[in-house]
Amino acid sequence: MSKPSPIRSGSRAGSLLWPAIGLVALLAGNLVFSPGFFHLEIRDGHVYGTLIDILNQGTRVMLLSLGMTLVIATGGVDLSVGSVMAVAGAVAASMVVRGSAPFGVVIAASLAVSALAGLLNGCLVVYARIQPIVATLILMVAGRGAAMLVADGQILTFEHPGFVFLGNGHFLGMPFTLTLAALALGATAWATRRTALGLFLESIGDNERAARFCGVETSRVKLFVYAFSGVCAGLAGLVAASNIKAADSSRAGEMLELDAILAVVVGGTTLTGGRFSLIGSMLGALIIQTLTTTLYNWGLPPAVAPVPKAIVILSVCLMQSPQFRERLSFARPQPKGSA
Amino acid sequence: MKAPRSLPLLATSFVFVTLYGVASALYPGFLSLQVFVNLFGDNAFLGVAALGMTLVILAGGIDLSVGAVVAFSTVFIATLVARGAHPLGAMAAAVTAATFFGAFMGWLIQAFEVPAFLVTLGGAFFARGMAFVVNRESVAIAHPFWQKAADFGIPLSPSATLPATALTFLITLGAMMIIAHRTRFGRNVYAVGGGIASARLMGLPVASTRIAVYALSGACSGLAGVVSTLYTGSGDPARAAGLELDAIASVVIGGTLLTGGVGSPAGTLMGVLIFGTIQSALVFDGRLNSWWLRIAMGGLLLLFVLFQRALSRGSALEK
Repeated sequence: MSKPSPIRSGSRAGSLLWPAIGLVALLAGNLVFSPGFFHLEIRDGHVYGTLIDILNQGTRVMLLSLGMTLVIATGGVDLSVGSVMAVAGAVAASMVVRGSAPFGVVIAASLAVSALAGLLNGCLVVYARIQPIVATLILMVAGRGAAMLVADGQILTFEHPGFVFLGNGHFLGMPFTLTLAALALGATAWATRRTALGLFLESIGDNERAARFCGVETSRVKLFVYAFSGVCAGLAGLVAASNIKAADSSRAGEMLELDAILAVVVGGTTLTGGRFSLIGSMLGALIIQTLTTTLYNWGLPPAVAPVPKAIVILSVCLMQSPQFRERLSFARPQPKGSA
Repeated sequence: MKAPRSLPLLATSFVFVTLYGVASALYPGFLSLQVFVNLFGDNAFLGVAALGMTLVILAGGIDLSVGAVVAFSTVFIATLVARGAHPLGAMAAAVTAATFFGAFMGWLIQAFEVPAFLVTLGGAFFARGMAFVVNRESVAIAHPFWQKAADFGIPLSPSATLPATALTFLITLGAMMIIAHRTRFGRNVYAVGGGIASARLMGLPVASTRIAVYALSGACSGLAGVVSTLYTGSGDPARAAGLELDAIASVVIGGTLLTGGVGSPAGTLMGVLIFGTIQSALVFDGRLNSWWLRIAMGGLLLLFVLFQRALSRGSALEK
């Protein structure tokens, strides 16, 4: 496995170019073909419009893809995030419905359970040395069952003002979810770019053995990354439950693990690990959401929307494949892995 | 090294017999030929899909498109029959389409070295969407031939019959066992799963083997769709959501290593039977809810993965 050196000037900015172009192209297409797409209006001091909807609806995948980016940077993957979302929603909703604990405790408990779920994934990967796909598959299978167990198989509806605010409230005229996503992104970016953590992650993804010999505590870093992914999934699960004022254990977060992985890959982080870009993943999440919203705007039934999504996934994968680039005669010869 | 290889299969068989024994002791009527036969009939479409998945996993790959392809197959058949096609022709068309779809995914994986789970994930989105393009609603199948096929059964005893769905499962199992253990292609699959580089150095046809494995899995998914329509008498674009997870779980519980190269279709049969036993036991019990099935499968999956890990520790399977 020859991997490019992570220390190559300009490579990080270069990896952001394609997702940015993709997003701009999508928006430009809408500017021409979808009248009213850019229309914004202010009612009761809040901004409304399709663009705001995209940002608001995109927060779940953004939150998921933050954790997923770090996991993928270490060369792993987390398939359990959708199920963890369901668990977090079920835990919070069942506590709120019972009304026994203050709201802060509810949030903390729900996120703690999510972190534990992520930690379980991490232990399987680190100590049992199971491939990440399999390790997280276990929780993907069992997690939804556990969520139903917590919710007693019911769809738990709630009216708790604090919980409802999380996914539906406004802050500074914009949906509160945006503030949440921005805070999460800021904290993650700070932790990975202002401390040595980011360097550790990339070194593990590039060559785990070499990283260990250099004194990086690979086990601890990987445990942290999976737990972090669990917390991100928990947050996304809280937002999702709050959005519909209910915890639906069988549907919450369904197929969202795929959207999260897709967002990370579209954002230029390769699945083999190493170099990663948080901003790229955010752009990826926005591209997916813009695409989905655009398709709905064109009257495409939601059930059929996966078809164009699949075509996007496959094209992005192909664009990242060196073999595919070689076959394209107009592609400039590029060093491997510089997608 | 022969003994540890058959150990997972023995362990799985042991788990199945134990589970069945416990269920028989707990629930009166569980220990009957018809309940046992129903394990095959009720889980036939999972079984057929899991058998296709077994080959893919043996070759070191993974196929996440199974559930979506099954759904496409069911709705495709039902719609064709509703438009006046003969059921046999519709079945053939669905299986052929699924085979080509699998082959195409295999080609993408082989030719461009795109990770299998991403390509088949894209395939899953695509097939699920196309199922809804074919028909947005569930379609019932009303055709005299279909009725005959669905009602067909081989009487095993005065009180038990082997339904057509179970028969299809058993025939597929037989075919897969012959393919895996008695053909050159089968040996190539094991070799490719054991290590692509060494298989290539041995001069084995790596590319065609990898593509064929996905094509066969596609064919099995198509056939699983046929079985599913026989079982329910309808085609539904929303059917079989998450079926791939149950299939992978059955394969792994059946002793097939997800790293490839080790395992057998017979093990997958055991995995499917364990799944079926838990499901039937939950139905017999009536107090426990269906979500316990997911938790139990997750728990078993964890147990078997750790068990396999312990077996392969120190051997060349370390990855």
